[in-house]
Amino acid sequence: MVRFVLKRLLYMLITLFIITSFTFFLMKLLPGSPFNNEEKLTDQQKFILNEKYGLNDPVPVQYLNYMSNLVKGDLGVSFQYDNRPVSTMITERIGPSAVLGVEATIIGTIIGLILGIAAALKHNTSIDYLSSLFAVLGISIPSFVFAGVLQYYVGVKLGWLPVALWDGPKYHVLPALSLSVFVIATVARFMRTEMLEVLGQDYITTAKSKGLSNLVVIWKHTIRNAMIPVVTILGPLAINLITGTLIIEKIFAVPGLGFQFVSSIQLNDYPVIMATTIFYSVCFIIVILIVDILYGVIDPRIRVAGGKG
Amino acid sequence: MMKKILELNNVNVSFHTFAGEVKAVRGVNLHLEKGESLAIVGESGSGKSVTSKSIMRLLPEKTSEIKEGEILFEGRDLTKLSNREMEKIRGSEISMIFQDPMTSLNPTMTVGKQIMEGLRKHQNLSKNEAKERAINLLKLVGIPNPELRINEYPHQFSGGMRQRVVIAIALACNPKVLIADEPTTALDVTIQAQILDLMRDLQQKTGTAIILITHDLGVVANLSQRVAVMYGGTIVETGTTDEVFYNPKHPYTWGLLSSMPKLNSAEKELMAIPGTPPNLLNPPKGCPFAARCPYAMQVCVDHMPDVTDVTSTHKTACWLLDERAPQVEPPEAALVGGAR
Repeated sequence: MVRFVLKRLLYMLITLFIITSFTFFLMKLLPGSPFNNEEKLTDQQKFILNEKYGLNDPVPVQYLNYMSNLVKGDLGVSFQYDNRPVSTMITERIGPSAVLGVEATIIGTIIGLILGIAAALKHNTSIDYLSSLFAVLGISIPSFVFAGVLQYYVGVKLGWLPVALWDGPKYHVLPALSLSVFVIATVARFMRTEMLEVLGQDYITTAKSKGLSNLVVIWKHTIRNAMIPVVTILGPLAINLITGTLIIEKIFAVPGLGFQFVSSIQLNDYPVIMATTIFYSVCFIIVILIVDILYGVIDPRIRVAGGKG
Repeated sequence: MMKKILELNNVNVSFHTFAGEVKAVRGVNLHLEKGESLAIVGESGSGKSVTSKSIMRLLPEKTSEIKEGEILFEGRDLTKLSNREMEKIRGSEISMIFQDPMTSLNPTMTVGKQIMEGLRKHQNLSKNEAKERAINLLKLVGIPNPELRINEYPHQFSGGMRQRVVIAIALACNPKVLIADEPTTALDVTIQAQILDLMRDLQQKTGTAIILITHDLGVVANLSQRVAVMYGGTIVETGTTDEVFYNPKHPYTWGLLSSMPKLNSAEKELMAIPGTPPNLLNPPKGCPFAARCPYAMQVCVDHMPDVTDVTSTHKTACWLLDERAPQVEPPEAALVGGAR
């Protein structure tokens, strides 16, 4: 197990190196420079600014400089926000995004599993059709539609919950709910398919032939096996939410990471773009590792293969 | 006469499909005596698996239905029991072995747990007692190092070993009837022989009555005292294994025996029965085999033949046994070994 994790950590570093390099050169291909928008600056002043941040050097030199700083743990400073260190900008912003993401994932997974299991057990009944309908709607309707509906009815008309801003648990409910709709729908759809698949397996007949009650057959033999593929999709789903979602953050005025990332791209704020990308990648890779470990916990066949590898 | 432990009287099973009602089992009469071994043979789609699953009530509830008839187990009609009552019988009084050991065990549960489940449910054993019994069961079915292997998962076992585990699960609560649905079909030949030996051995030790479902006549000769030949959802011939093998009366049984490979045969090619089984969506009103039978007469197409008693144990449903029918001799190839 330790060897497995160590090996994976090495792969993670390689992956991260490739992602960082790619992003760096792609970013340099973008037209414009961080100071183009500042119309009051003369060419002379722009040149001095570029010189100060090393932007006049050839791109390979900039790349080497950036990478060597990165290895030392220095992510640089923002061009736009008064030379603030990028690392503080991310740590300040990640809190709300992560909390929202985790909440949405937990709500979505629990409700999604229940819906999916119910739909499969009541296959081809109205419960199944309703759950499928909800799943299709949840996947195809963007979350900002739900956000708007929730804001209007729950926030404005009923006045039960605050419409926006970020000031305590009450403020989490609406954005977390809007985000979780997609998770509910995806998990429900997956779980339903997997449950139906497992219910048709021979070992379910074996379990029934032992005289086990339906409840035991479903709980001990079906759900666990049906969960295995669902765990795989949960990882990427969760990380997308945790690293911030631009639209929901904007609608609910949540000071999160997603909004900052998009504006940094618009403004060619190179250090922020790079740092956020690296941060996303690290999160993603770690979650995939966790999912793989979880996989082994649920499925003994993978546990053995992983232990040897 | 020995005591009948299981009796099927005029059992009819149908499946409801989009195309209509498929009459998979049509009027099957069977009985099983205490401790004996009965084989049900027939080709795919003849209704043998459906018959066995209807005894266990393991057919899909929504799409299938036991339309008629009774299944008496020690005098109780299983078709009338509630699901609750049926759960008490499944696994403890009647249990089942399935065809494919690769898929009939839960991949995410240790074999020990899978054996112990039934024990704990039916016999109220404590965890330790159940574990001890599970180890003994694994020993009984010939798995080495049962103390260690009990904590392993099915993927750590070979096909033959898995089938032994499946047998251990089935035998866990000392059932009175064991239904083996093609227990050796998915195994290779040497393992088949081992599993058959094991089953014969276990039957002698435990006295369990066995219903063996198979299309392999070699397996039948090995294990069973009596045979029922099924075709098109009906039983066309029953008798002791000797009677059916050495004095077959039904042309379908002749066909089955002819298509068995023989060591001493000069023929290079295997015989086959021409044609395909009837579509049970629209079952023929006469004998189901009439369309493929070389001896078929008009009456075979129009009317279902009655069951004729050849001896007190040997029964055949064929118009050829009617006194008005022409005398027909079974083909050479259908004669097994020292046949009369």
